[in-house]
Amino acid sequence: MRFLMTTNGGGPAPTPELFAEMGRFVEELTKAGVLLAGGGLDPKGTHFSARSGQVTLTDGPYTEAKESIVSFALIEVRTEDEAIELAKHFWRVVGDGEGDVRRVYGAED
Amino acid sequence: MTDVLGEDEARRTVETVWRLESARIVGALTRLVRDVGLAEELAQDALVAALQDWPRIGVPDNPGGWLMLTAKHRAIDRLRRNDRLDANVAQLGNSFADRQREAIHNGSADFDAVIDDEDLTDDVLRLIFIACHPVLPTPSRVALTLRLVGGLTTEEIARAFMVAEPTIAQRIVRAKRTLGEKRIAFEVPPAPERAERLASVLEVVYLVFNEGYSATVGDDWLRPDLCREALRLGRVLAELAPDEPEVHGLAALMEIQASRFRARVDLSGRPVPLADQNRGRWDQLLIRRGFTALLRAGSTNRPVGPYVLQAAIAACHAQARRAEDTDWERIAALYQTLLHVAPSPVARLNCAVAVSMTSGPEAGLSIVDELTGHSALRDYHLLPAVRGDLLAKLGRMDEARVEFERAAQLTRNAPEREALLRRAYAAGAV
Repeated sequence: MRFLMTTNGGGPAPTPELFAEMGRFVEELTKAGVLLAGGGLDPKGTHFSARSGQVTLTDGPYTEAKESIVSFALIEVRTEDEAIELAKHFWRVVGDGEGDVRRVYGAED
Repeated sequence: MTDVLGEDEARRTVETVWRLESARIVGALTRLVRDVGLAEELAQDALVAALQDWPRIGVPDNPGGWLMLTAKHRAIDRLRRNDRLDANVAQLGNSFADRQREAIHNGSADFDAVIDDEDLTDDVLRLIFIACHPVLPTPSRVALTLRLVGGLTTEEIARAFMVAEPTIAQRIVRAKRTLGEKRIAFEVPPAPERAERLASVLEVVYLVFNEGYSATVGDDWLRPDLCREALRLGRVLAELAPDEPEVHGLAALMEIQASRFRARVDLSGRPVPLADQNRGRWDQLLIRRGFTALLRAGSTNRPVGPYVLQAAIAACHAQARRAEDTDWERIAALYQTLLHVAPSPVARLNCAVAVSMTSGPEAGLSIVDELTGHSALRDYHLLPAVRGDLLAKLGRMDEARVEFERAAQLTRNAPEREALLRRAYAAGAV
């Protein structure tokens, strides 16, 4: 099963220590054969909205920081429980903040 | 932060953490107590302790660490009480692990150091090597690897392989006993035997993958869980032994083959041959991971082996946007190299298919005909299946029908049998 772990903005500014901790966590996920892809997102971006054939573009940031995704990890695990357990581990490393774990469909039968 | 949980939820958490952490825990304990069976028993004790405690005290902040610590405490207790060690101290070597065991036994060890000692990556690698040791019969290696390294239960392994649970349980018990009796060292094998030992590890992982990829028995054509478990083990191995080209070769081969999952079965669960697959359904993420693994294999600058070559062949298929774009010349050449490096009748059969694509079905058929008397392929359903296919291309429909029927008789997989019988019927109807 694939899951997308995401974190939202608006948390405390990351320290060098936190970056190092996160690096270790990512390495651990890789070593465990779990991490398929991951990365951080620029809080700025282009917002699209389509209405009756009209596409409108607006410059971001376009939502509250704590509602927009700032980093993601695509993981492959055996059960949802495993995804939840790994995410708990992640948040223990990170400290304060918010994010989600959601199943990714389409990658498998 | 701990939540006091219900029994059920605590159990689920314990089981999940165990699956994620058991290889590291059993590995660390094996290094301490030198006996994989005892190590697993002590780790299981820690698991039972968690099942008792966590519903009351809540799940600890670092559940994996809790299990590891509890298990190590039990191992230390066991070593202190181990009278046999007295007799064996004389036989102990001079390695750090030996001195550590002796120190624990006579009470002079710095226990904090023992507890904090984290040689984790090598522990898991050693565990994989011991579980796949050539002293064990292959089915035992498979069961023990899934159990110790994959953290699967006996029941899960039995279900995956459609074998009775007591059979698997017995395999595991016997395997652990054999490893203990033969005093198999818990080590990454030294250079002279490393290649052979590594080959055994890769074979076990690929066996698990193949059992899932084209199930030999039953009604499912694919058992993705087994494939994904093998893929996970392959990815783990690639990180643990990054200097070994064949490890990356196997990872690449599995990534690329797994990329075809969605295209290998049609809506009614029938197998779809490679040439007919909708390539738009191939998983590009896995293909890219496969290519990356293949590049890593190349960057080791060491001679290629059978897995790297098979991965290179899989990569050729993955690169073709349409079946007719397949570079069969290159594939045939890679098969020639493979037959040179690791000759096998199955590889020759695959080579025959590639040759038939470059030089015509007649050329392919002459290679296949040389194989028909081969004892190793006597019950291999793909031999008559390939022969039938080549005969059909040559318009020799009666002979093709007989071959497809023979192939249908030989396969133990229901969807595949149906597909072959349909081809036999079609050949007979011409």
